[in-house]
Amino acid sequence: MQLVWDWFRWLNESTGINLTIFYDQFDRSRFASGFLMTVKLSVICIVSSVVIGVVGAWIQGSRLRVARTIVHWYIQAFRNTPPLVQLYFFYFGLGSLLKAAGGGPLITNVTWAIVSLSFFAGAFNVEIFRSGIEAVPRTTLEAAESLGFSRAQAYLRIVLPLAFRISLPALNNNLVNLVKTTTLAYAIAVPEMLYVSSQIWSDELNVPVMMNVLLICYFVLVGILVYLMHRWERAIRVPGFGI
Amino acid sequence: MPEANSEPIVALRDVHQSFGDVEVLKGVSFGVAKGGVVCIIGPSGSGKSTLLRCINGLVPIKSGSIRVADFEVHNLHTDQEKIALRKEVSMVFQQYNLFPHKTALENVMMAPIYVLKEDPKEVRERAIALLTKVGLAAKQDAYPGELSGGQQQRVAIARSLAMRPEVMLFDEVTAALDPETVKEVLNTIRELAREGMTCILVTHEMRFARELADEVLFTDGGTIVESGRPAELFDHPRKDRTRAFLSQIL
Amino acid sequence: MNDSHVAQTSGVLPVLLPLAERMTRAALRERAMGSPTLRLDSSHGVALVVAFLCGCGITQAQSQAADPSIFTTLWKWTPLLARGFVFNLAISFMAMAIGTIAGLFLGFAQISLLPPVKKGAFFATHFFRNAPWLVLLFYCMFLLPFQVTVLGVTIPIPDWTKATLGLALPVMANVSEIVRGAIQSIPTTQWEAAASLAFNRRQALWMIIFPQCIKRMLPPWMNLYAILTMATVLASIVGVNEMMTLTQRALSAESRPGLLLAFYSYVLLWFFLYCYPIARWTVRLEARYAVNQ
Repeated sequence: MQLVWDWFRWLNESTGINLTIFYDQFDRSRFASGFLMTVKLSVICIVSSVVIGVVGAWIQGSRLRVARTIVHWYIQAFRNTPPLVQLYFFYFGLGSLLKAAGGGPLITNVTWAIVSLSFFAGAFNVEIFRSGIEAVPRTTLEAAESLGFSRAQAYLRIVLPLAFRISLPALNNNLVNLVKTTTLAYAIAVPEMLYVSSQIWSDELNVPVMMNVLLICYFVLVGILVYLMHRWERAIRVPGFGI
Repeated sequence: MPEANSEPIVALRDVHQSFGDVEVLKGVSFGVAKGGVVCIIGPSGSGKSTLLRCINGLVPIKSGSIRVADFEVHNLHTDQEKIALRKEVSMVFQQYNLFPHKTALENVMMAPIYVLKEDPKEVRERAIALLTKVGLAAKQDAYPGELSGGQQQRVAIARSLAMRPEVMLFDEVTAALDPETVKEVLNTIRELAREGMTCILVTHEMRFARELADEVLFTDGGTIVESGRPAELFDHPRKDRTRAFLSQIL
Repeated sequence: MNDSHVAQTSGVLPVLLPLAERMTRAALRERAMGSPTLRLDSSHGVALVVAFLCGCGITQAQSQAADPSIFTTLWKWTPLLARGFVFNLAISFMAMAIGTIAGLFLGFAQISLLPPVKKGAFFATHFFRNAPWLVLLFYCMFLLPFQVTVLGVTIPIPDWTKATLGLALPVMANVSEIVRGAIQSIPTTQWEAAASLAFNRRQALWMIIFPQCIKRMLPPWMNLYAILTMATVLASIVGVNEMMTLTQRALSAESRPGLLLAFYSYVLLWFFLYCYPIARWTVRLEARYAVNQ
């Protein structure tokens, strides 16, 4: 390993391509923690936004009119405003209301970023899942019931698997978008990849190099996600089903 | 084979049903003997499909009584009771309604495994036998989207048969098919009827009804206008409305 | 795969409702566009006004006797905010113009018959589509010089110009994909017909194919513009004096609790009033073309 680090040191000395994130112990751990923070933000937000989507879609199908209206306005509010405004609203607005007794913030900026981004992506997910369920023909449910399936079985075995397949392309778009949106956490000083990179380049004065590293990292990260999602879409594709 | 004196396996008495203000069924009564084949004919919108859905418990009725085997269909309220009924009565739909994310074989196997909780291995053998019976053994791994309409409909029939029902309901099963594939589906149904399956068919295939039915019911405007043996009803209709309808069709 | 295609074209009933197919198609369209469709309607405006009035009410209730009324405060800051909004609009216009022109070239390059051009354009398109907008914004902010000297004349490059270029990059990538999608949606028989009339490829593209594409490209292009306009607030993160930056400056200058909701909904109302007609028009165009097709 040391050989690799030394090579990057040599690269800097001979070409001026200053990749401190490889040969400098401190920068390396900083960048690694930023990268991990981006991955962590992405994974937690993906999971919780999908949960929000499922719960929201379930509420939208319920008989409680008040609950349906609340979910409707939640979707409208988060779908049609810039995520940056949402983030500021959570962090500066709600965050300042929720002060601990000692005056310090009760909820950390990382948590606010997770909450804000999850609700942002969740709003889209509710719509996606809801229309996925609605797109399953009613007659398919009827057929399942006439074969003796109970309501719960029919949903579990027939309607939801179909709805999921219908939803998947739209869901993938949204999740890829979500991962790209995690960069906004920079604005409230969450130490994710963009944020630590800016710290590194202001310390080491290697802006161009770090910029390219950053761009490549995001390209690879998002590229992997896009690739996996498309693989998944193709894997569960049913011949003759859909388009 | 139908026995004249046996208790009917399906009996409807004065069934009423309405959607909102529109009365769809205005007092329908008839019975079907075990192993009997009854064809329901009539203009569209006369409540034929609703009638089948009532027998299957998919649609609750307003008043009257429906009895299928030991079940008082109009008195079934819980899901469990309805599920028990549907093990006895199976329905085949005009639009096939196969489950598009499952292969032909899986479509046939699903209900016995998850509803009847039978042994998957045994179900599989039976399902293959059923697909062979409807002439689709070669297509067992195809998805519904890869099958023609007639093939899908035959898989749907096999799927219903896998529940070993006492009564089969056919809701205009050939209406959505190309003329050439109608025959293959009708052959399958014919074979079933000859084996002694109790069948209630809503159909527009008059030749088929005449050949196969023990009794033909002509419905119009939510009531049974006329019923009788096919030869009588088709050749010597007593009511004007029946005559008018038949002259349009034949 | 092939079998399913044959089965579908041979007049078999579709297995799914048109609804499901429409949803899949919409998802693929949004994928090409790179952003979800913005669907603004008048109820959103009403909701914003309600939120605004709530914010005003809360602030008023919390304010001391000495404080000026909330409306006076807003009025005081409005000229400054308006100046910021002009920046947002200027950035959005220019980023859209630059991005569209560059995107058209990139899109045409994507259907080039020369493999290196085609592959390069494909890579560039997807590279910029996969990169987060904010990272591209940073890229341009920090890497472009603050001034250039051409023939002895020094031209300064202000921050907002750099931000414009930063936002033009993702626009370019998305326009490129819109162009490619539109061109490929034209039936190949059109190309064959053009070729049989002795048009060469360039002529066929410019005179036959591309004019047919414009109608299909217009709705996603306008949606992209509305998205871009909302995204111009990102420029606040890199310190451009646009409306969002100025709003935060106003908020910290006032330092009154509860002003946040009033100010933010006020700012969002401005954006809504600007984007709403565009979004409506996009929907109308989409509906019209859907009927005509």
